[in-house]
Amino acid sequence: MSLAGTPLSPQRRRFLQDSARAAGGCAVAGSLLAWLARDARALPAEALRPPGALPEEAFLSACIRCGLCVRDCPYDTLKLAELGVDAVATGTPYFTARNVPCEMCDDIPCVAACPTGALDPGLDNIDDAKMGVAVLVDQENCLNFQGLRCDVCYRVCPVIDEAITLEVSHDARSGHHAMFIPTVHSDRCTGCGMCEKSCVLPEAAIKVLPERLARGSAADHYRKGWEEKEAHGGPLVDGLIDLPDRLPGPGTDNLATPGGFAPTYDLPGVGQ
Amino acid sequence: MSARTHMPVGREAIETKGWIGAHRYLLLRRTSQLLFLVLFLLGPWFGIWIVQGTLAGSLTLGVLPLTDPFIALQSIVAGHWPELTALIGGLIVLVAYALIGGRVYCSWVCPINPVTDAANWLHRRLDLPKGWQPKRSTRLWVLAMVLVVSGLTGVIAWELINPITMLHRGLIFGAGFVWAMVAAIFVFDLFVARHGWCGHICPVGAFYGLIGIKSLLRVSAANRTACDDCMDCYAVCPENQIISPALKGKPETTPLILSPDCTNCGRCIDVCAVDVFTFTHRFDDHVAAPSDPVPAPNRRAARPI
Repeated sequence: MSLAGTPLSPQRRRFLQDSARAAGGCAVAGSLLAWLARDARALPAEALRPPGALPEEAFLSACIRCGLCVRDCPYDTLKLAELGVDAVATGTPYFTARNVPCEMCDDIPCVAACPTGALDPGLDNIDDAKMGVAVLVDQENCLNFQGLRCDVCYRVCPVIDEAITLEVSHDARSGHHAMFIPTVHSDRCTGCGMCEKSCVLPEAAIKVLPERLARGSAADHYRKGWEEKEAHGGPLVDGLIDLPDRLPGPGTDNLATPGGFAPTYDLPGVGQ
Repeated sequence: MSARTHMPVGREAIETKGWIGAHRYLLLRRTSQLLFLVLFLLGPWFGIWIVQGTLAGSLTLGVLPLTDPFIALQSIVAGHWPELTALIGGLIVLVAYALIGGRVYCSWVCPINPVTDAANWLHRRLDLPKGWQPKRSTRLWVLAMVLVVSGLTGVIAWELINPITMLHRGLIFGAGFVWAMVAAIFVFDLFVARHGWCGHICPVGAFYGLIGIKSLLRVSAANRTACDDCMDCYAVCPENQIISPALKGKPETTPLILSPDCTNCGRCIDVCAVDVFTFTHRFDDHVAAPSDPVPAPNRRAARPI
Protein backbone atom coordinates (compact mmCIF):
# COMPACT_ATOMS: atom_id res chain seq x y z
CA MET A 1 0.00 0.00 0.00
CA SER A 2 1.57 3.24 -1.05
CA LEU A 3 0.87 6.41 0.86
CA ALA A 4 0.54 8.55 -2.26
CA GLY A 5 -1.98 6.32 -3.97
CA THR A 6 -4.41 5.61 -1.17
CA PRO A 7 -6.64 8.35 0.17
CA LEU A 8 -6.56 8.00 3.95
CA SER A 9 -9.91 8.00 5.62
CA PRO A 10 -10.81 11.04 7.71
CA GLN A 11 -12.02 8.74 10.48
CA ARG A 12 -8.63 7.13 10.70
CA ARG A 13 -6.98 10.53 10.77
CA ARG A 14 -9.36 11.70 13.49
CA PHE A 15 -8.69 8.55 15.52
CA LEU A 16 -4.94 8.98 15.30
CA GLN A 17 -5.18 12.66 16.22
CA ASP A 18 -7.40 11.94 19.22
CA SER A 19 -5.16 9.16 20.40
CA ALA A 20 -2.07 11.32 20.10
CA ARG A 21 -3.82 14.08 22.03
CA ALA A 22 -4.90 11.78 24.83
CA ALA A 23 -1.50 10.11 25.01
CA GLY A 24 0.22 13.50 25.10
CA GLY A 25 -2.07 14.72 27.88
CA CYS A 26 -1.45 11.55 29.83
CA ALA A 27 2.30 11.91 29.41
CA VAL A 28 2.15 15.40 30.94
CA ALA A 29 -0.24 14.42 33.75
CA GLY A 30 1.66 11.20 34.34
CA SER A 31 4.95 13.06 34.71
CA LEU A 32 3.39 15.32 37.33
CA LEU A 33 2.03 12.27 39.14
CA ALA A 34 5.41 10.55 39.00
CA TRP A 35 7.00 13.70 40.42
CA LEU A 36 4.52 13.58 43.31
CA ALA A 37 5.35 9.91 43.79
CA ARG A 38 9.04 10.70 44.04
CA ASP A 39 8.27 13.45 46.52
CA ALA A 40 6.19 11.08 48.64
CA ARG A 41 9.24 8.93 49.31
CA ALA A 42 11.03 11.69 51.20
CA LEU A 43 10.10 10.63 54.72
CA PRO A 44 11.16 13.23 57.31
CA ALA A 45 13.72 11.90 59.79
CA GLU A 46 11.50 12.49 62.84
CA ALA A 47 8.59 10.52 61.33
CA LEU A 48 8.85 6.86 62.28
CA ARG A 49 6.90 4.06 60.61
CA PRO A 50 5.01 1.49 62.71
CA PRO A 51 6.76 -1.75 63.71
CA GLY A 52 7.28 -4.17 60.86
CA ALA A 53 6.90 -1.49 58.18
CA LEU A 54 8.54 -2.47 54.93
CA PRO A 55 11.44 -0.28 53.75
CA GLU A 56 10.02 3.08 52.66
CA GLU A 57 9.98 2.39 48.89
CA ALA A 58 8.25 -0.96 49.31
CA PHE A 59 5.98 0.53 51.95
CA LEU A 60 4.50 3.03 49.52
CA SER A 61 3.67 0.23 47.09
CA ALA A 62 1.93 -1.75 49.82
CA CYS A 63 0.20 0.68 52.19
CA ILE A 64 -3.36 1.43 51.03
CA ARG A 65 -3.72 4.12 53.69
CA CYS A 66 -6.78 2.57 55.31
CA GLY A 67 -5.84 3.51 58.88
CA LEU A 68 -6.62 0.11 60.42
CA CYS A 69 -3.23 0.07 62.17
CA VAL A 70 -4.04 3.46 63.70
CA ARG A 71 -7.37 2.14 64.95
CA ASP A 72 -5.82 -0.87 66.63
CA CYS A 73 -2.99 1.04 68.31
CA PRO A 74 -4.04 1.04 71.99
CA TYR A 75 -1.85 4.01 72.92
CA ASP A 76 -2.80 6.36 70.08
CA THR A 77 0.82 6.37 69.04
CA LEU A 78 0.13 6.06 65.35
CA LYS A 79 -1.55 8.71 63.25
CA LEU A 80 -2.26 9.15 59.57
CA ALA A 81 -0.44 11.96 57.80
CA GLU A 82 -2.77 14.80 56.86
CA LEU A 83 -2.62 16.52 53.51
CA GLY A 84 -0.43 19.61 53.59
CA VAL A 85 0.05 19.41 57.38
CA ASP A 86 2.50 16.55 57.83
CA ALA A 87 5.44 16.15 55.48
CA VAL A 88 4.75 12.42 55.32
CA ALA A 89 3.01 10.82 52.31
CA THR A 90 -0.66 11.72 52.86
CA GLY A 91 -2.71 9.10 54.65
CA THR A 92 0.18 6.84 55.61
CA PRO A 93 0.72 5.89 59.28
CA TYR A 94 3.61 7.25 61.32
CA PHE A 95 4.52 8.38 64.80
CA THR A 96 6.72 11.01 66.35
CA ALA A 97 8.70 9.53 69.22
CA ARG A 98 8.94 12.78 71.18
CA ASN A 99 5.11 13.08 71.17
CA VAL A 100 3.94 9.51 71.72
CA PRO A 101 6.48 6.70 71.48
CA CYS A 102 5.70 3.09 70.58
CA GLU A 103 4.85 1.04 73.66
CA MET A 104 6.00 -2.18 72.00
CA CYS A 105 2.86 -4.27 72.63
CA ASP A 106 3.62 -7.99 72.80
CA ASP A 107 0.79 -8.89 70.41
CA ILE A 108 1.75 -6.11 67.92
CA PRO A 109 -1.90 -5.17 67.11
CA CYS A 110 -0.92 -2.73 64.34
CA VAL A 111 0.81 -5.47 62.38
CA ALA A 112 -2.11 -7.82 62.97
CA ALA A 113 -4.52 -5.17 61.66
CA CYS A 114 -2.67 -4.47 58.42
CA PRO A 115 -4.62 -6.11 55.59
CA THR A 116 -1.96 -5.74 52.90
CA GLY A 117 1.31 -6.69 54.54
CA ALA A 118 2.73 -3.17 54.41
CA LEU A 119 3.46 -4.00 58.05
CA ASP A 120 5.22 -7.32 57.67
CA PRO A 121 3.17 -10.11 59.35
CA GLY A 122 6.45 -12.02 59.67
CA LEU A 123 7.28 -9.81 62.66
CA ASP A 124 6.13 -11.95 65.58
CA ASN A 125 8.44 -10.66 68.30
CA ILE A 126 8.28 -6.93 68.96
CA ASP A 127 11.89 -6.99 70.17
CA ASP A 128 12.88 -7.67 66.57
CA ALA A 129 11.20 -4.47 65.34
CA LYS A 130 13.38 -1.89 63.61
CA MET A 131 11.50 1.39 63.60
CA GLY A 132 14.75 3.30 63.82
CA VAL A 133 17.82 3.49 66.01
CA ALA A 134 18.27 5.73 69.05
CA VAL A 135 21.33 7.97 68.89
CA LEU A 136 22.67 10.12 71.69
CA VAL A 137 23.01 13.09 69.38
CA ASP A 138 23.97 15.82 71.84
CA GLN A 139 26.82 14.92 74.18
CA GLU A 140 27.27 18.58 75.10
CA ASN A 141 23.87 18.77 76.78
CA CYS A 142 23.26 15.18 77.91
CA LEU A 143 23.29 15.29 81.72
CA ASN A 144 25.12 11.98 82.04
CA PHE A 145 27.90 13.41 79.90
CA GLN A 146 28.19 16.19 82.51
CA GLY A 147 28.96 13.52 85.06
CA LEU A 148 25.42 13.60 86.51
CA ARG A 149 23.28 10.55 87.11
CA CYS A 150 20.18 11.32 85.05
CA ASP A 151 19.97 7.84 83.51
CA VAL A 152 16.34 8.37 82.46
CA CYS A 153 16.77 7.11 78.90
CA TYR A 154 18.44 4.00 80.25
CA ARG A 155 15.74 3.43 82.89
CA VAL A 156 12.77 3.74 80.51
CA CYS A 157 14.23 1.56 77.77
CA PRO A 158 11.96 -1.50 77.32
CA VAL A 159 15.07 -3.48 76.39
CA ILE A 160 17.10 -2.09 79.31
CA ASP A 161 20.72 -3.27 79.64
CA GLU A 162 20.60 -4.61 76.09
CA ALA A 163 19.51 -1.75 73.82
CA ILE A 164 20.95 0.90 76.15
CA THR A 165 23.72 0.23 78.64
CA LEU A 166 25.58 2.61 80.93
CA GLU A 167 29.29 2.49 80.17
CA VAL A 168 31.53 3.75 82.97
CA SER A 169 34.37 6.08 82.14
CA HIS A 170 36.61 8.57 83.91
CA ASP A 171 35.24 12.04 84.59
CA ALA A 172 38.17 14.23 83.60
CA ARG A 173 36.44 17.39 84.85
CA SER A 174 36.29 16.46 88.51
CA GLY A 175 39.23 14.11 88.24
CA HIS A 176 37.89 11.56 90.69
CA HIS A 177 34.35 10.68 89.60
CA ALA A 178 32.91 8.33 87.05
CA MET A 179 30.67 9.17 84.11
CA PHE A 180 27.90 6.72 83.22
CA ILE A 181 27.55 7.09 79.48
CA PRO A 182 24.24 5.90 77.94
CA THR A 183 25.30 3.73 75.05
CA VAL A 184 22.89 2.42 72.40
CA HIS A 185 23.43 -1.00 70.88
CA SER A 186 21.87 -0.90 67.45
CA ASP A 187 21.36 -4.66 67.18
CA ARG A 188 18.95 -4.59 70.13
CA CYS A 189 17.41 -1.12 69.78
CA THR A 190 13.91 -1.29 68.24
CA GLY A 191 13.55 2.47 67.74
CA CYS A 192 10.46 2.64 69.93
CA GLY A 193 11.40 6.14 71.08
CA MET A 194 10.80 5.74 74.83
CA CYS A 195 14.24 7.25 75.49
CA GLU A 196 13.60 10.25 73.24
CA LYS A 197 10.17 10.80 74.78
CA SER A 198 11.56 10.65 78.31
CA CYS A 199 14.71 12.74 77.91
CA VAL A 200 14.39 15.43 80.58
CA LEU A 201 15.97 18.18 78.49
CA PRO A 202 13.70 20.70 76.75
CA GLU A 203 14.99 19.25 73.48
CA ALA A 204 15.90 15.60 73.66
CA ALA A 205 19.61 14.78 73.62
CA ILE A 206 18.83 11.23 72.51
CA LYS A 207 16.76 10.85 69.35
CA VAL A 208 15.47 7.97 67.30
CA LEU A 209 16.67 8.31 63.73
CA PRO A 210 15.91 6.20 60.69
CA GLU A 211 18.61 3.60 60.28
CA ARG A 212 20.00 5.26 57.15
CA LEU A 213 20.82 8.38 59.18
CA ALA A 214 21.76 6.68 62.42
CA ARG A 215 24.30 4.23 61.12
CA GLY A 216 27.27 3.89 58.88
CA SER A 217 28.18 0.62 57.29
CA ALA A 218 31.43 -1.24 56.83
CA ALA A 219 32.40 -2.27 53.32
CA ASP A 220 31.78 -5.92 52.54
CA HIS A 221 35.43 -6.64 51.83
CA TYR A 222 36.73 -5.33 55.18
CA ARG A 223 38.35 -8.02 57.34
CA LYS A 224 39.46 -7.50 60.91
CA GLY A 225 42.95 -9.02 61.25
CA TRP A 226 42.53 -10.06 64.85
CA GLU A 227 39.25 -11.83 64.11
CA GLU A 228 40.73 -13.64 61.11
CA LYS A 229 43.70 -14.67 63.19
CA GLU A 230 41.46 -15.94 65.95
CA ALA A 231 39.32 -17.88 63.51
CA HIS A 232 42.41 -19.36 61.85
CA GLY A 233 43.99 -20.26 65.17
CA GLY A 234 47.31 -18.56 64.36
CA PRO A 235 48.97 -16.16 61.93
CA LEU A 236 47.52 -16.36 58.45
CA VAL A 237 50.96 -16.02 56.83
CA ASP A 238 53.61 -18.53 57.85
CA GLY A 239 57.04 -17.39 58.99
CA LEU A 240 55.98 -14.00 60.32
CA ILE A 241 58.20 -12.82 63.17
CA ASP A 242 56.14 -11.43 66.04
CA LEU A 243 58.18 -8.42 67.18
CA PRO A 244 57.67 -7.15 70.75
CA ASP A 245 55.14 -4.36 70.99
CA ARG A 246 56.64 -1.05 72.03
CA LEU A 247 54.61 -0.17 75.08
CA PRO A 248 55.15 2.84 77.29
CA GLY A 249 57.07 2.05 80.45
CA PRO A 250 60.51 1.50 81.86
CA GLY A 251 63.06 0.41 79.35
CA THR A 252 61.51 2.07 76.34
CA ASP A 253 62.52 5.26 74.55
CA ASN A 254 59.29 6.96 75.51
CA LEU A 255 60.42 9.95 77.54
CA ALA A 256 56.90 10.60 78.82
CA THR A 257 56.89 7.45 80.88
CA PRO A 258 58.76 6.98 84.11
CA GLY A 259 62.06 5.27 83.45
CA GLY A 260 62.06 6.21 79.79
CA PHE A 261 65.40 7.00 78.23
CA ALA A 262 66.51 9.35 75.51
CA PRO A 263 67.03 7.79 72.10
CA THR A 264 70.63 7.15 71.17
CA TYR A 265 70.21 9.14 67.96
CA ASP A 266 69.71 12.90 67.61
CA LEU A 267 66.38 14.12 66.42
CA PRO A 268 66.70 17.07 64.02
CA GLY A 269 65.72 20.35 65.67
CA VAL A 270 65.95 18.94 69.16
CA GLY A 271 68.88 20.44 71.06
CA GLN A 272 70.20 17.81 73.41
CA MET B 1 -38.80 18.26 20.24
CA SER B 2 -41.56 19.31 22.51
CA ALA B 3 -42.04 22.87 23.58
CA ARG B 4 -41.98 21.52 27.13
CA THR B 5 -38.21 21.42 26.77
CA HIS B 6 -38.32 25.01 27.89
CA MET B 7 -40.07 24.24 31.12
CA PRO B 8 -37.77 23.96 34.15
CA VAL B 9 -36.26 20.50 34.40
CA GLY B 10 -38.34 18.17 36.51
CA ARG B 11 -41.38 20.48 36.83
CA GLU B 12 -43.74 18.04 35.13
CA ALA B 13 -42.55 15.12 37.21
CA ILE B 14 -43.19 17.08 40.40
CA GLU B 15 -46.67 18.00 39.17
CA THR B 16 -47.60 14.43 38.31
CA LYS B 17 -45.76 12.46 41.00
CA GLY B 18 -45.37 14.98 43.79
CA TRP B 19 -42.04 16.31 45.06
CA ILE B 20 -41.18 13.16 46.98
CA GLY B 21 -42.12 10.94 44.04
CA ALA B 22 -40.00 13.02 41.69
CA HIS B 23 -36.97 12.85 44.02
CA ARG B 24 -37.28 9.31 45.31
CA TYR B 25 -33.98 7.96 44.08
CA LEU B 26 -32.19 11.21 44.78
CA LEU B 27 -33.33 11.06 48.40
CA LEU B 28 -32.45 7.37 48.63
CA ARG B 29 -29.04 8.08 47.16
CA ARG B 30 -28.28 10.91 49.60
CA THR B 31 -29.43 8.63 52.43
CA SER B 32 -27.14 5.89 51.19
CA GLN B 33 -24.16 8.24 50.86
CA LEU B 34 -24.82 9.54 54.36
CA LEU B 35 -25.27 6.03 55.72
CA PHE B 36 -21.92 4.87 54.40
CA LEU B 37 -20.23 7.93 55.85
CA VAL B 38 -21.98 7.61 59.21
CA LEU B 39 -21.06 3.90 59.44
CA PHE B 40 -17.41 4.90 59.23
CA LEU B 41 -17.85 7.89 61.57
CA LEU B 42 -19.77 6.09 64.36
CA GLY B 43 -16.51 4.67 65.66
CA PRO B 44 -14.30 7.74 65.86
CA TRP B 45 -17.17 10.06 66.89
CA PHE B 46 -19.26 7.94 69.24
CA GLY B 47 -17.11 4.91 69.97
CA ILE B 48 -19.50 2.53 68.19
CA TRP B 49 -17.13 0.41 66.16
CA ILE B 50 -19.18 -1.19 63.42
CA VAL B 51 -16.77 -0.30 60.65
CA GLN B 52 -13.09 0.50 61.03
CA GLY B 53 -10.85 2.01 58.40
CA THR B 54 -11.72 3.96 55.28
CA LEU B 55 -13.06 3.31 51.79
CA ALA B 56 -9.55 2.23 50.79
CA GLY B 57 -9.71 -0.69 53.20
CA SER B 58 -12.01 -1.48 56.08
CA LEU B 59 -13.02 -4.10 58.59
CA THR B 60 -16.71 -4.49 59.43
CA LEU B 61 -17.75 -6.00 62.79
CA GLY B 62 -14.26 -7.38 63.12
CA VAL B 63 -14.81 -10.04 60.46
CA LEU B 64 -15.63 -8.63 57.04
CA PRO B 65 -12.60 -7.17 55.25
CA LEU B 66 -13.21 -4.86 52.30
CA THR B 67 -10.56 -3.39 50.04
CA ASP B 68 -10.81 -0.98 47.15
CA PRO B 69 -9.89 -3.25 44.23
CA PHE B 70 -8.48 -0.34 42.23
CA ILE B 71 -6.00 0.47 45.00
CA ALA B 72 -5.15 -3.22 45.35
CA LEU B 73 -4.54 -3.40 41.60
CA GLN B 74 -2.20 -0.39 41.74
CA SER B 75 -0.39 -2.03 44.64
CA ILE B 76 0.14 -5.17 42.59
CA VAL B 77 1.30 -3.18 39.57
CA ALA B 78 3.66 -1.25 41.87
CA GLY B 79 5.28 -4.53 42.83
CA HIS B 80 3.63 -5.57 46.09
CA TRP B 81 1.52 -8.70 46.33
CA PRO B 82 -1.03 -7.91 49.10
CA GLU B 83 -1.72 -10.29 51.96
CA LEU B 84 -4.75 -12.57 51.72
CA THR B 85 -6.96 -10.29 53.84
CA ALA B 86 -6.67 -7.45 51.34
CA LEU B 87 -7.12 -9.78 48.38
CA ILE B 88 -10.28 -11.33 49.83
CA GLY B 89 -11.60 -7.85 50.67
CA GLY B 90 -10.91 -6.70 47.13
CA LEU B 91 -12.61 -9.76 45.66
CA ILE B 92 -15.76 -9.22 47.73
CA VAL B 93 -16.02 -5.62 46.53
CA LEU B 94 -15.28 -6.69 42.97
CA VAL B 95 -18.02 -9.32 42.91
CA ALA B 96 -20.58 -7.06 44.58
CA TYR B 97 -20.12 -4.25 42.10
CA ALA B 98 -19.90 -6.64 39.17
CA LEU B 99 -23.45 -7.66 40.05
CA ILE B 100 -25.10 -4.35 40.92
CA GLY B 101 -23.17 -2.13 38.51
CA GLY B 102 -19.68 -0.82 39.11
CA ARG B 103 -20.58 2.80 39.07
CA VAL B 104 -23.18 2.30 41.77
CA TYR B 105 -20.10 3.09 43.85
CA CYS B 106 -19.96 6.52 42.21
CA SER B 107 -23.53 7.57 42.83
CA TRP B 108 -24.46 5.70 46.00
CA VAL B 109 -21.25 5.56 48.05
CA CYS B 110 -18.57 8.01 46.85
CA PRO B 111 -18.32 11.09 49.12
CA ILE B 112 -17.21 13.27 46.22
CA ASN B 113 -20.52 12.69 44.41
CA PRO B 114 -22.50 15.18 46.57
CA VAL B 115 -19.76 17.74 45.88
CA THR B 116 -19.90 17.39 42.11
CA ASP B 117 -23.70 17.13 42.21
CA ALA B 118 -23.81 20.41 44.12
CA ALA B 119 -21.42 21.98 41.62
CA ASN B 120 -23.61 20.79 38.77
CA TRP B 121 -26.76 22.09 40.46
CA LEU B 122 -25.22 25.55 40.77
CA HIS B 123 -23.80 25.27 37.28
CA ARG B 124 -27.34 24.76 35.94
CA ARG B 125 -28.82 27.48 38.14
CA LEU B 126 -26.29 29.97 36.84
CA ASP B 127 -26.92 28.72 33.31
CA LEU B 128 -23.19 28.45 32.63
CA PRO B 129 -21.75 27.11 29.38
CA LYS B 130 -20.71 23.47 29.57
CA GLY B 131 -17.08 24.45 29.09
CA TRP B 132 -14.22 22.04 28.48
CA GLN B 133 -15.61 18.69 27.42
CA PRO B 134 -12.85 16.17 26.80
CA LYS B 135 -13.93 12.85 25.41
CA ARG B 136 -15.65 10.46 27.80
CA SER B 137 -12.84 8.03 27.09
CA THR B 138 -10.38 10.41 28.76
CA ARG B 139 -10.92 8.69 32.09
CA LEU B 140 -9.82 5.39 30.58
CA TRP B 141 -6.62 7.06 29.46
CA VAL B 142 -6.18 8.46 32.97
CA LEU B 143 -6.79 4.97 34.36
CA ALA B 144 -4.08 3.52 32.11
CA MET B 145 -1.77 6.41 33.00
CA VAL B 146 -2.24 5.78 36.74
CA LEU B 147 -1.35 2.11 36.32
CA VAL B 148 1.71 2.95 34.23
CA VAL B 149 2.93 5.51 36.78
CA SER B 150 2.30 3.04 39.63
CA GLY B 151 4.37 0.47 37.79
CA LEU B 152 7.20 2.85 36.98
CA THR B 153 7.47 4.54 40.38
CA GLY B 154 6.55 1.63 42.63
CA VAL B 155 4.10 3.87 44.48
CA ILE B 156 0.30 3.47 44.62
CA ALA B 157 0.06 6.52 42.39
CA TRP B 158 -3.58 7.60 42.44
CA GLU B 159 -3.65 7.62 46.24
CA LEU B 160 -1.33 10.62 46.08
CA ILE B 161 -4.20 12.74 44.78
CA ASN B 162 -7.36 10.61 44.98
CA PRO B 163 -9.94 13.09 46.32
CA ILE B 164 -12.38 10.27 47.22
CA THR B 165 -10.22 8.52 49.76
CA MET B 166 -8.64 11.80 50.84
CA LEU B 167 -12.01 13.35 51.69
CA HIS B 168 -13.26 10.17 53.30
CA ARG B 169 -10.07 9.70 55.31
CA GLY B 170 -10.05 13.40 56.12
CA LEU B 171 -13.49 13.20 57.68
CA ILE B 172 -12.54 10.17 59.74
CA PHE B 173 -8.92 10.82 60.68
CA GLY B 174 -8.38 14.58 60.26
CA ALA B 175 -8.56 16.57 57.10
CA GLY B 176 -5.55 18.84 56.80
CA PHE B 177 -5.93 20.73 53.52
CA VAL B 178 -8.32 18.22 51.95
CA TRP B 179 -10.96 20.95 51.90
CA ALA B 180 -8.86 22.87 49.38
CA MET B 181 -8.86 19.83 47.12
CA VAL B 182 -12.63 19.39 47.45
CA ALA B 183 -13.11 23.09 46.71
CA ALA B 184 -10.89 22.74 43.64
CA ILE B 185 -13.06 19.93 42.28
CA PHE B 186 -16.20 21.96 43.02
CA VAL B 187 -14.83 24.95 41.12
CA PHE B 188 -13.61 22.73 38.29
CA ASP B 189 -17.07 21.22 37.84
CA LEU B 190 -18.79 24.57 38.31
CA PHE B 191 -16.80 26.78 35.95
CA VAL B 192 -14.34 24.72 33.93
CA ALA B 193 -16.15 21.59 32.83
CA ARG B 194 -19.73 20.42 33.29
CA HIS B 195 -19.65 16.95 34.87
CA GLY B 196 -15.90 17.37 34.47
CA TRP B 197 -14.43 15.33 37.30
CA CYS B 198 -16.79 12.36 37.64
CA GLY B 199 -17.81 12.31 34.00
CA HIS B 200 -14.48 12.70 32.28
CA ILE B 201 -11.42 12.49 34.52
CA CYS B 202 -11.84 10.23 37.54
CA PRO B 203 -10.05 6.89 36.93
CA VAL B 204 -11.76 5.34 39.95
CA GLY B 205 -15.11 5.76 38.21
CA ALA B 206 -13.59 4.41 35.01
CA PHE B 207 -12.30 1.36 36.87
CA TYR B 208 -15.62 0.67 38.56
CA GLY B 209 -17.36 1.16 35.21
CA LEU B 210 -15.18 -1.60 33.76
CA ILE B 211 -15.98 -3.87 36.73
CA GLY B 212 -19.69 -3.48 36.11
CA ILE B 213 -19.55 -3.83 32.36
CA LYS B 214 -21.78 -6.94 32.52
CA SER B 215 -23.68 -6.05 35.69
CA LEU B 216 -27.16 -7.41 36.35
CA LEU B 217 -28.88 -4.32 37.70
CA ARG B 218 -29.78 -2.01 34.82
CA VAL B 219 -32.06 0.90 34.02
CA SER B 220 -34.40 0.16 31.14
CA ALA B 221 -36.40 2.61 29.01
CA ALA B 222 -39.09 -0.06 28.96
CA ASN B 223 -41.90 2.41 28.48
CA ARG B 224 -40.05 4.37 25.79
CA THR B 225 -43.09 4.55 23.53
CA ALA B 226 -44.60 6.94 26.08
CA CYS B 227 -41.68 9.37 25.80
CA ASP B 228 -42.86 12.87 24.99
CA ASP B 229 -39.40 14.27 24.25
CA CYS B 230 -39.30 16.66 27.19
CA MET B 231 -35.54 16.04 27.44
CA ASP B 232 -35.54 16.18 31.24
CA CYS B 233 -33.71 12.86 31.54
CA TYR B 234 -30.93 14.20 29.33
CA ALA B 235 -30.72 17.26 31.56
CA VAL B 236 -30.36 15.37 34.84
CA CYS B 237 -28.25 12.44 33.64
CA PRO B 238 -24.56 12.89 34.53
CA GLU B 239 -23.64 10.59 31.64
CA ASN B 240 -26.37 11.54 29.19
CA GLN B 241 -24.61 10.04 26.17
CA ILE B 242 -25.91 6.68 27.40
CA ILE B 243 -29.62 7.46 27.12
CA SER B 244 -30.22 7.69 23.37
CA PRO B 245 -29.37 4.10 22.38
CA ALA B 246 -31.99 2.82 24.82
CA LEU B 247 -34.59 5.55 24.61
CA LYS B 248 -34.42 6.39 20.92
CA GLY B 249 -33.40 2.98 19.58
CA LYS B 250 -35.30 1.38 16.72
CA PRO B 251 -38.20 -0.84 17.81
CA GLU B 252 -36.19 -4.06 17.67
CA THR B 253 -33.30 -2.70 19.77
CA THR B 254 -33.00 -3.25 23.50
CA PRO B 255 -34.45 -0.61 25.84
CA LEU B 256 -31.78 -1.47 28.41
CA ILE B 257 -29.11 1.09 29.20
CA LEU B 258 -26.17 -1.25 28.82
CA SER B 259 -23.37 1.31 28.90
CA PRO B 260 -20.92 0.76 31.79
CA ASP B 261 -20.92 4.55 32.20
CA CYS B 262 -24.41 4.44 33.76
CA THR B 263 -24.13 5.01 37.51
CA ASN B 264 -27.59 3.57 38.28
CA CYS B 265 -28.39 6.82 40.08
CA GLY B 266 -32.03 6.61 39.06
CA ARG B 267 -32.44 10.33 38.42
CA CYS B 268 -33.95 9.59 34.98
CA ILE B 269 -36.60 7.48 36.70
CA ASP B 270 -37.34 10.31 39.14
CA VAL B 271 -37.53 13.07 36.58
CA CYS B 272 -39.70 11.35 33.98
CA ALA B 273 -43.34 12.42 34.29
CA VAL B 274 -44.52 9.51 32.12
CA ASP B 275 -42.38 6.85 33.82
CA VAL B 276 -40.39 5.71 30.82
CA PHE B 277 -37.52 4.34 32.90
CA THR B 278 -37.40 1.60 35.47
CA PHE B 279 -34.82 -0.49 37.31
CA THR B 280 -34.65 -4.06 36.07
CA HIS B 281 -32.09 -6.76 35.25
CA ARG B 282 -29.99 -7.03 32.12
CA PHE B 283 -32.02 -9.91 30.65
CA ASP B 284 -35.33 -8.06 30.81
CA ASP B 285 -35.46 -6.33 27.43
CA HIS B 286 -39.22 -6.08 27.44
CA VAL B 287 -40.60 -2.95 25.74
CA ALA B 288 -44.09 -1.80 26.64
CA ALA B 289 -46.33 -1.86 23.57
CA PRO B 290 -47.45 1.53 22.19
CA SER B 291 -51.01 0.55 23.08
CA ASP B 292 -50.15 0.33 26.77
CA PRO B 293 -52.11 2.89 28.67
CA VAL B 294 -50.28 6.18 28.87
CA PRO B 295 -52.07 8.35 31.37
CA ALA B 296 -50.42 11.63 30.61
CA PRO B 297 -51.62 13.11 27.26
CA ASN B 298 -55.14 14.14 28.22
CA ARG B 299 -54.05 16.00 31.28
CA ARG B 300 -51.25 17.67 29.41
CA ALA B 301 -53.44 19.10 26.71
CA ALA B 302 -55.00 21.45 29.19
CA ARG B 303 -51.73 22.78 30.40
CA PRO B 304 -50.52 26.11 28.98
CA ILE B 305 -47.31 25.67 27.03
